[in-house]
Amino acid sequence: MSDVADRVKKIVVEHLGVEEDKVTENASFIDDLGADSLDTVELVMAFEEEFGIEIPDDAAETIQTFGDAVKFITEAS
Amino acid sequence: MFDLTGKSALITGASGGIGADIARVLHGAGAAVGLSGTRVDPLEALAAELGERAHVLPCNLSDMAAVEALPKQAAEAMGGVDILVNNAGITRDNLFMRMSDDEWQSVLDVNLTATFKLCKGVMRGMMKARWGRIVNISSIVGATGNPGQANYAASKAGMIGMSKSLAYEVASRGITVNAVAPGFIETAMTDKLTDDQKSGIMGQIPAGRMGTPAEISAAVLYLASPEAAYVTGTTLHVNGGMAML
Repeated sequence: MSDVADRVKKIVVEHLGVEEDKVTENASFIDDLGADSLDTVELVMAFEEEFGIEIPDDAAETIQTFGDAVKFITEAS
Repeated sequence: MFDLTGKSALITGASGGIGADIARVLHGAGAAVGLSGTRVDPLEALAAELGERAHVLPCNLSDMAAVEALPKQAAEAMGGVDILVNNAGITRDNLFMRMSDDEWQSVLDVNLTATFKLCKGVMRGMMKARWGRIVNISSIVGATGNPGQANYAASKAGMIGMSKSLAYEVASRGITVNAVAPGFIETAMTDKLTDDQKSGIMGQIPAGRMGTPAEISAAVLYLASPEAAYVTGTTLHVNGGMAML
């Protein structure tokens, strides 16, 4: 697994308090990992800080799954 | 009780009668205060009076770029913003039938849109800290209406609806959002009233007198305090019984 994926997974596990093996490519933050809509805002904030990038609101809305997040961050950073 | 040591508070409209007193009281409870307003001289004088833990942050709230920059400036000056008091407000009274689009829009911009932007600007830090207090200074007329003040009353009612919605969203993060709705308070604004106008107003106030800025800042201090953690989405009316809501 790439370095980006590891760091994203660590944030998701810490923030949502889920088991690491639940955080799979297609795992949806809201449907599978128990996040509410405000959690997803906080996750995006945490990604921005961890990777030193800015994720605009319209892009943030497209980040629904762990895989979406890794893909977006890999392309942005 | 009501110890704000280690907290940082940003107060808009701190050059006015009520805002300056809110700043004094929060500062007196131990908070660092960011004093925002358009007139620099009274802000400097207030900062000098308060001494340490007081920062002057001039901002014209009708300038949206300046509004967006203010939370960042406050965080740089104080290390964060734990408490936001949206106290600044303007009036441009006119009969509804004569009210221009500009009179309407300028009051909505400063009173409501700037409040929205400032709340948004401090929210990230509060969410990370899992602690925050927002106190929006509304007005009795936001609940009752007032002839000649359709724009002002709309902006003040809007602040209450916005506060409640935001309160829902962030309650689970330890952030409370409340409003204080003053009635008639002794300030430069009410000093301008004629004696006739004043006695007319007194007849409508069961307490038989105007309120003082200190009676508003006491309400703000409570809502900003750790003790008020379970109070959110409410409007605290401070009006001598003029409207019992």
